[in-house]
Amino acid sequence: MSVKILMPALSPTMEEGTLAKWLVKKGDQVSAGDVIAEIETDKATMEVEAVDEGVITDLLVAEGTEGVPVNEVIAVLDGDGDAAAASPAPAPAPAKAEPVPAAPVAQVAQVAQPAAPVSAPLPDTDIPAGTEFVEMTVREALRDAMAEEMRRDESVFLMGEEVAEYQGAYKVSQGLLDEFGGRRVIDTPITEHGFAGLGVGAAFGGLRPIVEFMTFNFAMQAMDQIINSAAKTLYMSGGQMGCPMVFRGPNGAAARVAAQHSQDYSSWYAHVPGLKVVSPYTAADAKGLLKSAIRDPNPVIFLENELLYGQKFDVPKLEDYLVPIGKARIAREGTDVTLISHSRPVGFCLEAAETLAAEGIQAEVVDLRSLRPIDFDTVLASVQKTNRVVTVEEGWRFSGIGAELAATITERAFDYLDAPVLRVTQEDVPLPYASNLEALSLPNAAKVVEAVKQVCYV
Amino acid sequence: MAQAKSQSKKSKSAKSKAEDPELLLRLYEQMLMIRRFEERAGQLYGMGLIGGFCHLYIGQEAVVVGMQDAIGEGDQVITSYRDHGHMLACGMDPKGVMAELTGRADGYSKGKGGSMHMFSREKNFYGGHGIVGAQVPIGTGLAFSNKYKGTDRVCLTYFGDGAANQGQIYESFNMAELWDLPVIYVIENNQYAMGTAVKRASAETLLHRRGASFNLPGEEVDGMDVLAVREAGAKAVEHCRAGNGPMILEMKTYRYRGHSMSDPAKYRTKEEVKDMREHHDPIENLKQRILAAKAADEEGLKAIDKQVRATVTEAAEFSQASPEPHPAELYTDVLVEGA
Repeated sequence: MSVKILMPALSPTMEEGTLAKWLVKKGDQVSAGDVIAEIETDKATMEVEAVDEGVITDLLVAEGTEGVPVNEVIAVLDGDGDAAAASPAPAPAPAKAEPVPAAPVAQVAQVAQPAAPVSAPLPDTDIPAGTEFVEMTVREALRDAMAEEMRRDESVFLMGEEVAEYQGAYKVSQGLLDEFGGRRVIDTPITEHGFAGLGVGAAFGGLRPIVEFMTFNFAMQAMDQIINSAAKTLYMSGGQMGCPMVFRGPNGAAARVAAQHSQDYSSWYAHVPGLKVVSPYTAADAKGLLKSAIRDPNPVIFLENELLYGQKFDVPKLEDYLVPIGKARIAREGTDVTLISHSRPVGFCLEAAETLAAEGIQAEVVDLRSLRPIDFDTVLASVQKTNRVVTVEEGWRFSGIGAELAATITERAFDYLDAPVLRVTQEDVPLPYASNLEALSLPNAAKVVEAVKQVCYV
Repeated sequence: MAQAKSQSKKSKSAKSKAEDPELLLRLYEQMLMIRRFEERAGQLYGMGLIGGFCHLYIGQEAVVVGMQDAIGEGDQVITSYRDHGHMLACGMDPKGVMAELTGRADGYSKGKGGSMHMFSREKNFYGGHGIVGAQVPIGTGLAFSNKYKGTDRVCLTYFGDGAANQGQIYESFNMAELWDLPVIYVIENNQYAMGTAVKRASAETLLHRRGASFNLPGEEVDGMDVLAVREAGAKAVEHCRAGNGPMILEMKTYRYRGHSMSDPAKYRTKEEVKDMREHHDPIENLKQRILAAKAADEEGLKAIDKQVRATVTEAAEFSQASPEPHPAELYTDVLVEGA
């Protein structure tokens, strides 16, 4: 009986990988547990083990092939078993309950499909004409931003779980330990409350800490230090003592990691005076905003998104590319409705805008980029042009970013509105694990299209 | 205790220094300043001039005065909300501290922090923190910054017996010992976490042993004896400066007043408080030593008291004459501007 060996998913967010090396050849006899191949993802190189015994009758994908989709047949085994013949070897697991074990992959792909930027982002007005652009992932952009700022300023250092020797749980800090050494790239114990507070003290002591949370879900343990110590001390000291530091890490849902690992904290942090809050979508903004955040004399919450880490965007090739905090970006121009969003859902808006354009509705997409302060000038100018608004966010509806936008638009542009502001958000439930329920809970392009049709009365 | 021999040798040399009249009088004056300042703060609270929470330090003066005398220029201090004594010991101006207590424009935080939240970069005082235990990771971070910058400065991180049960203290102990950070954890064990006696809240009541599972050395100190505090402090500072990592000093001390001004202190007997005041008072103890050593006579000590009272009166008057903060201050200092 022949068994198909499929390209395995080695993390919940993996959609493709490189078949780096075959460790068996056609005709080899293998037993369960034998390592048969090495697969490279953007995060790590992992070994694939046979889970059945038999003879390899075919290798269908050549060594070195990149972009092999998850679930593609890569080899055939003639054996007696009746199960899938290969599974990933146990990964050198991060110490936390970090996404590792494979999920039913076809369904994951359906839910976790990173929205491709369907229209090229409009050029940023701050970028000089003739600037060359290079394509890079959000992950690389974040790493480059930190490396550039660490080269520029000796007082900048990075600390967090697995940031140094492991090269980052999501490989964002890849290479930083090699370049800057253990004094400036520091692995912490799993002790979020403690190292967040230690970072605050280091900032009071004149340093510029970057504190990485493996995800912002774990930063809830550190919330007291972030809010009571980092955000409030400048005010409570009458301006004597600020806290120049960055708290950064992935925020919001990844894929199939369920309620405790999938929370969007945008509105939580945006609520707090004394913080700045940034949440970029593109790699260019990730780079330019992180550099600005590191230089900012205030505590900055930098909300990334795991599903965007591997996504590629054009980044201006400039010596020192800074994006100012507090400035939104028109990601697509339009005249009929304004879509306001941030982080990964900007992709849903761009996708929805394409669909709507085919139906004759021209949507303008505002990428907020910063959530505290919000660039209301850009938001209101767009509302005055289109007269209709849909807000799109991954967080919950109640007291969310959309609620704040709707209230301010009502206060300041009431007479310009031709329809109530509608909000596309995560459903008002803890994020479920089941693939179908997860998809139902999260925002997507179809939900955006539907909301736009409501505000346009079509 | 195993090192009793070397300890006795050191205490002997410290003792000869301790009989230095100038030192005795300096410590006396500083403790008295805190006592009189706090008594006056209590009065102003009663008159409605100080609002909110106000935690007095009366009874614990020897701890902060002895420790401060053991550190040097550039060493940092951070503590909880029972912080008036620490600020005065750090050399902050009593007028600015009192004006912050009354919520006035000339207070250290322009009236925006109050009793529990005051800071002075100039005097290396890093607060004044209102959340029990939160200052401990922060103090550990100040020590981290010292090591990162390659200085030999140490950070005194104070907390109480109540905070000793907070999880973040142990997260800090772990990192401090792991990375050999120059921090001295000064546990001010005043026997009661608000109304809860140590033995009712702590499975291990010997708080200086709380670092044991992190290999963090600790020592118990008579926190009512300013010279003992100073000596233990000097040893701990030496240990830290030499790059040996953190240390715990548990100061056995006692607060005479309630936890805050609104605490009737029904959880302990009047006799207990009376016994502490009459037989263990740190200021009275030092006074007897001064007289015995003939460092000063009764007249000389009265002159110090008179001078201290005058300073406190001046601070109290200043704190009432200073205006309330201008309404425009409401929106300043939220963020560092121009960023």
